[in-house]
Amino acid sequence: MASLVDKTTVGGTARGLSGVSFTLILIAVAGLTFVAGRWLGISYAFVMGYTIVQYIVLSTAWNILGGYTGYVNFGVTAFFAMGSYSTVVLYKLTPALPLPIMILVGGVVAGLVGLGTGYLTLRLRGVYFSIATLALAVVMQTLMTNWDLVGGARGAYVLRPREAPLIGGDYVQYLFLNMLILAVLAVATARAIERAALGYGFAAIRDDEAAAEASGVPTLRLKLIATTLSGAFMGMAGAPLPYKDAFLEPTSVFSLDYAVNAIAMPLIGGTSSWLGPVIGAVLVGGLQEYVRVTISSAVNVLVVGLLLVIFVVAAPKGIVGLFQRKR
Amino acid sequence: MTALLQVDGVGKRFGGFVALDGIQLDVREGERLGLIGPNGSGKSTLVNCICGTLRNEQGQVRFAGETLDGLAAHERTHRGLARSFQLPRPFTSLSLAENVRIPIIYTVNARGRHGLTGAAIDARCLEVLGEVGLAAKADRLPRDLTQIEMRKLELARAMAADPRLLIADEAMAGLSHGEVDEIIALLIRLNGQGVTIIMIEHIMRAVMEFSQRIAVLVAGRKIADGDPKEVVRDPEVVRAYLGE
Repeated sequence: MASLVDKTTVGGTARGLSGVSFTLILIAVAGLTFVAGRWLGISYAFVMGYTIVQYIVLSTAWNILGGYTGYVNFGVTAFFAMGSYSTVVLYKLTPALPLPIMILVGGVVAGLVGLGTGYLTLRLRGVYFSIATLALAVVMQTLMTNWDLVGGARGAYVLRPREAPLIGGDYVQYLFLNMLILAVLAVATARAIERAALGYGFAAIRDDEAAAEASGVPTLRLKLIATTLSGAFMGMAGAPLPYKDAFLEPTSVFSLDYAVNAIAMPLIGGTSSWLGPVIGAVLVGGLQEYVRVTISSAVNVLVVGLLLVIFVVAAPKGIVGLFQRKR
Repeated sequence: MTALLQVDGVGKRFGGFVALDGIQLDVREGERLGLIGPNGSGKSTLVNCICGTLRNEQGQVRFAGETLDGLAAHERTHRGLARSFQLPRPFTSLSLAENVRIPIIYTVNARGRHGLTGAAIDARCLEVLGEVGLAAKADRLPRDLTQIEMRKLELARAMAADPRLLIADEAMAGLSHGEVDEIIALLIRLNGQGVTIIMIEHIMRAVMEFSQRIAVLVAGRKIADGDPKEVVRDPEVVRAYLGE
């Protein structure tokens, strides 16, 4: 895996670019995307945009743990669904609560699950950690399937307002806007981590945990920070989902597709930098949507599989890796 | 005067196998101690118990008067204990400069006495690499290094933590005659700067040249401790190495 110095130069941005200016650029890009969507005025564009941007958040969140510290999380849906279900619960209790607050709550809930999972499973390494996270997703799905308040196996309906608050227009535009803001947050956080001491600590853990400890890196604390942050962003990505689909049921929100995509996208884009998951999400997410509309909704899974095989063979460091300086 | 490192009755078993049996060892500040023993005698296990990688079931390790029981490895590093690994374990995806940067930002800066920032960290990284002659390769990855350079990087990373006590675990295994001399010179220079050093080594020439005192472990027990010349003539030590 390429070094952290490379990471900051690949982004096409100057190495010295400060976190604030980077975030401003991100906001500008997100703003332009939104304005372009408005100008197009096609409702479907917002649905598609929502899906792709949701994957930017999900894969960036996965990469904070999987790419930076090397702990491969197969239980993406456990955290993602925690966000969705916390929204359902909040909707049942206080339907008038604004969406951003629901997203925040979803993030806190999933972050806490991440912290707990981290504490229980981080003594496991490599594939054993991955298996434990997969088990977590199964446990969560079983719990939700048997919880009446959130509809159990039947699922729960969430009536979304017809009009978007604040910005007007269709509600899906509001969902898209929220997801864009989340993506800006997630990507800015990921990049900040890379450039901070935290990023070096994560990389040290990924390369050799015992050596990291011997160098003074508090590995357990850092891994807990990673699982918490990663879980929180996944939860936030899942929180608006009940509003988007107007319905939430266990088999769809715990679908393996989310986990496969959240892992495949960073791998295809490149796990060593914030840019990788973004490229991966846009490329794979976009292709999937295209195939879903033009060919069939089943073939889109094939896209990920094929791309993943191609990239593992031809470009194991992902698209970002192709442009990195060879040393 | 109390010793910098006090190993007091440390015992460690792996299942039914007694790896360390009531080890008693004091190391004074500024001392150069050689720790020898046949393979499997418990040298690395002792290092792991001192550094917190393993937990000892019996006894206590005290460092600078403070007992280390229950402290994680990184907390011991923060208190001034540093070690190099028997087999080099570099951070493979990080450049050499970044390898030594980790202990600087996580140990030296964590002590909070003179936290370094920005350019000062970069300068310190190069300085540490310079001390082991690797400054020219600061931007390279560990995979580009030769065996001796890898050992030097291992030592540089331990040195970058500004330790009071450095434990060099077989830093010279597999090196040539001249390379061994280089590492010895490096360790003696470091000792001259006030760092206490425990050297674990099989190469007797290196041990004799380096050590002011030698301790011998055999089958988890310390059988000798004292002046190098006397220790190597000790009948029990000779028997452990050469047989009856």
